[in-house]
Parts: sequence; structure tokens; C-alpha cells
Amino acid sequence: MKLKLKVWRQKNRKEKGKLETYSLDNVSEHMSFLEMMDVLNEQLINDGVEPVAFDHDCREGICGMCSMYINGQPHGPDRGVTTCQLHMRKFNDGDTIYIEPFRAKGFPIVKDLVVDRGAFDRIQRAGGFISVNTSGNTQDANLTPVPKKDADKAFDAATCIGCGACVASCKNASAMLFVSAKVSQYSLLPQGKVEAKRRVLNMVEQMDKEGFGNCTNTGACHVECPKEISLENIARMNREFLKASITSEK
Amino acid sequence: MSKSAILSSSIAKKWWMSLTGLFLCLFLVGHLLGNLQIIFFSGDEGQRVFNEYAYFMTHNPLIKLLSYLTYFSILFHAVDGIILTFQNKRARPIKYAYSKPQKNSSTPSRYMAILGSAILIFIIMHMSNFWGVMHFDKNMPLHTKNLVRPDSSYQKLYLTTNGTFLPVEQVEINNKTELIDKELNLKIGEGYKDLHSLTVSFFGHNKTNKGFPPNKYAYLAVILYVFSMAVLSFHLWHGFNSAFQTLGISHEKYNSALSLFGKIFSVLVPLAFASIPITIFLTK
Ligand code: HEM
Ligand code: SF4
Ligand code: FES
Repeated sequence: MKLKLKVWRQKNRKEKGKLETYSLDNVSEHMSFLEMMDVLNEQLINDGVEPVAFDHDCREGICGMCSMYINGQPHGPDRGVTTCQLHMRKFNDGDTIYIEPFRAKGFPIVKDLVVDRGAFDRIQRAGGFISVNTSGNTQDANLTPVPKKDADKAFDAATCIGCGACVASCKNASAMLFVSAKVSQYSLLPQGKVEAKRRVLNMVEQMDKEGFGNCTNTGACHVECPKEISLENIARMNREFLKASITSEK
Repeated sequence: MSKSAILSSSIAKKWWMSLTGLFLCLFLVGHLLGNLQIIFFSGDEGQRVFNEYAYFMTHNPLIKLLSYLTYFSILFHAVDGIILTFQNKRARPIKYAYSKPQKNSSTPSRYMAILGSAILIFIIMHMSNFWGVMHFDKNMPLHTKNLVRPDSSYQKLYLTTNGTFLPVEQVEINNKTELIDKELNLKIGEGYKDLHSLTVSFFGHNKTNKGFPPNKYAYLAVILYVFSMAVLSFHLWHGFNSAFQTLGISHEKYNSALSLFGKIFSVLVPLAFASIPITIFLTK
């Protein structure tokens, strides 16, 4: 199939970027979106143009690196998939496809379609962990009984791959779905209860510092999330934050 | 952390939004029930019931406290909402060239600030039309009743807060509502402000307007009112359930019932409000 691509090109963090138009003639509908981008880059290199920089790693939907805002939606028009899992058969011959980076103050553009999602790492570092003894006396995790339902919910929350599509889709560039998934995956388990108060206070504080917007419960994040993380996690975090900010000593 | 968190964190700003919003929803129910009296009772009885109700609402200390809480909630909700909206705009300094938000979110949820601002404009107009006139207009008339004599001439009487009637000729009005006996030069009663006639003449297009000129633009007032109620309905369509999510009230068992209740509330309450000026326009 033939495609017209409008791709965001931006040299570096400082310079202003703009949309450039490229044409591709020989795209197979079996390609993934990233493979189509590879073909584009090969063509650009042959033409002596600098290839488009974009993030990717696992190419199987588990690492969260691939980003891109494709035709007005993060990870493109398909539901519950990352860009690497998006197939070209979702598009039609002759289509024009807009390809932009994830846009948010908290995700500064590094180059072209590559954005710096370090803010997520800093939020995670602020409280997204549990403290365990690793000195050789590590306790067997299975010694602590966990109700199946809680384990399932914690696991569902833990499937978040930190891709940032929630931020990219949100009209407020809010990171609540990501942060709430990371809060929930621990707070649902007995092992996570010890640090629960500190965790939610510190992670939310870091989230605000990074310049993400305020959640207005539009639900766009859940719809666009490749792992379909539930909005229930946001309610849980709101609840925990209320409890923690009223009862914590600090 | 925790002290400042209650005031300044993103989540806390949203609690205040939802608490004030839900309080305003309660206010809407009370205000609606009070207003519906104007179409449920008719004639002299309707006038009396409504004006007595208005008197109660402006004189009972508990209601006064509630009304201050309501003014505060509206202001706080509006200011907080506008602050949140500007912060949210700043969180994405460069917009997408091409975006399809309709694919992932409901329209009302994306226009809360615009809907809210329209409601604020409505509240200001609404208060200056009724509350303002009632409190500050020197010519705000008092409740009167026409007694028909056997020879079919009229005797116009003021209704007093004691439930008695005083002939209009006998008294003059001091300080808006005090009825002063002309001969004794003594306060012998207090009248009711005639909010009923003010309202009926505002939305109704003919006659019976005791002391009020007929409103040539009644149809415009009705249209604007109904439009504002549609705006309110959209605001609540998203807002009512959003408020519970913000407060962390979410449970598989109750979510669908709560969501249904929210949808019914957001349609029914504005619809019932809108039915009032429509009824007045059609019947009075
Ligand atoms: C009778 C009047 C009003 C009622 C009953 C009402 C109710 C609500 C409710 C229940 C919410 C949801 C809160 C949440 O998501 O946690 C909300 C949100 C909102 N309201 Fe109002 N509101 C009213 C008037 C206004 C006014 C006058 C403004 C002025 C600008 C406004 C602006 C907003 C905004 C911007 C939001 C979205 C905030 C957010 O979701 O974070 N509202 N409203
Ligand atoms: S919540 Fe979903 S959209 Fe957000 S970072 Fe995690 S996986 Fe990506
Ligand atoms: S490249 Fe790893 S999720 Fe797409």
C-alpha cells in the first residue's frame, strides 16, 4: 500500500520542530508500525536525509519503549496494543498518517519522536518499591498468604509497562493512571502495607513536581492504555492519599 | 508534606472540587423542591405559599448559614476549577497537530471548564434577576390580595407576616417591608416581598402582574434559562460520578448503580428546573 506520512521532526530539545511530509510506496499490510518506520528510515538514508529517531526495544509489547502519537491517538487506532504491536492492516491504501511524539511538559522531546520519560523513573524511585531483606535471610514470599482476588488485582496493576500513553492521551497530561497502578500493585499486598502511607504521599508529590496535570476523570488514559489498566486504581490512590495525608505524622 | 498536601497537592485540589460540587448538587435539590411550589400551587394560595417560603428562606438563621455555605462553595468551586484548568493547559505546552479525543473520552468530560463558566454566568444573571431585585430594588412590591366587595369593587390588602391583612390605604411602607399606620405613625406589621409576582411576570407574558410591567422578553428569558439547564445537565453528566471517583468512592458492587443514579440525577434535576419557567410561560 501507498502512504503519506506527516512526521514530527525536531533536531534537539531546544530547537523548534515541525511536521515533514514523506511518501512510502511499498508498505506491506503485514508489517508492524515500527517495521514501516524502519522502511521509511532506509528510504531517508538512501535519499541522504537524516533518519527519524524513535524509541523501541522489545518489539513485543512488554518494554514500553515504543511511543508515538499516531493519527490522533497514542499507539495508534488499535485498542490494548503498543505501537510495536500495531499492524499496518489497520490502515488503508492512500492514507495520510500523522506521527507525533507523546506531548507533555513532563516528557520533554529529546529528538524527533523520542521523548524523555525519566519523570516516570523519578516517581518510581520516590516510593515505588518495598524494602526486603536480601542479606541471605530472604523470606519465602509464599509464607505470606494473599487472597487470590487481591493478588490478581495487584498483578493487573503491575502489568503497567510505564509507556506513558496515559499521559499522552490525557487532555491534562496527567500521570494518574501510571502512578496509581504503581501505588496499587504494592498497596494491595501485605508486603506493601508497611510503606503504604509514605509511598503514596511521596509518589504523588514527585508526580506534581514533574509538571503533570490534574486528573479530571475523563477516562482517556484507560481507553488508550496498552495494558488496559483500570480506573479503579486511580480511585484507590485517591483513597490512600486521603487516608495518608490525614493520618501520617509528617 | 501532609499539611500542605491537603491544600496544594493535585489530588487535594480535586477533593475540594468534588466536595463543593457535591454540596452544590444537594443545594440544587433543595432549591428545586422550593421552586417547584410555584407550579404546584396556583392562584392566591400559590402566591402566598411561595412568598412565605421566600420569607422563611431569607430569615431562618440555619438557612442563612446554608446560603453562605452555598455562595462560598460556588466561589471556591469556580476559582479552584479555573486554577486547575490553567494548570492543566500548562501541562502540555505544545499541542498535538492532530488529535482524536472523541475516540477515548466523553464530550462533557472535556468541556467541564467551559460548561462551568457558562453556569457561572447564568448564576450571576439569575441572582441579579431575582435575588438582587428582591434584596436591593427599592420598588420591590409587597404581597397584596384583592378582596372583592359585594358591589364588585376591589379592596387591596397587604398580607402581613402575622397572617393578618391590612388595607393598602391605611399604611405606608418604610424600610422596604415595614407597614406603618398612617394615622398612628406606628409600625403595625411587616409585609412579604412579592417574589412570586416578580417570578411570574419575569417568565410569563401577560397580565396578572401585580405592580410589574409585563416582560416583553419573557420568551428570551425562558430560552436562556432552558439553555442554561442543558449546560448544567452536561456538567453534571460527567461531574456527578467524577466527584465520587475523586473521593475514592469506587466499588465493583455499587459502581453501576451509582453511575446510573448520576445519569438520572444529571438529566432529571435540570429538566425539572427547566419545567418551571416553561410552565409559567405557557400558563401565566
Ligand atoms: C450548580 C452549580 C455546579 C454544580 C452542581 C457543579 C458540580 C460539579 C461536580 C460534581 C464536579 C465534579 C468534581 C470532580 O470531578 O471531582 C464538577 C467539576 C467541575 N466544575 Fe462544577 N459545578 C457547578 C458549577 C460550576 C461553576 C460555576 C464552575 C466555574 C467555572 C465549574 C467548574 C467546574 C470544573 C472546571 C470542573 C472540572 C474539574 C475537574 O473535573 O477536575 N462548576 N462540578
Ligand atoms: S498505565 Fe497504561 S498507558 Fe500508563 S504507563 Fe502504564 S501501561 Fe502505559
Ligand atoms: S518496543 Fe517494547 S513495547 Fe513496543
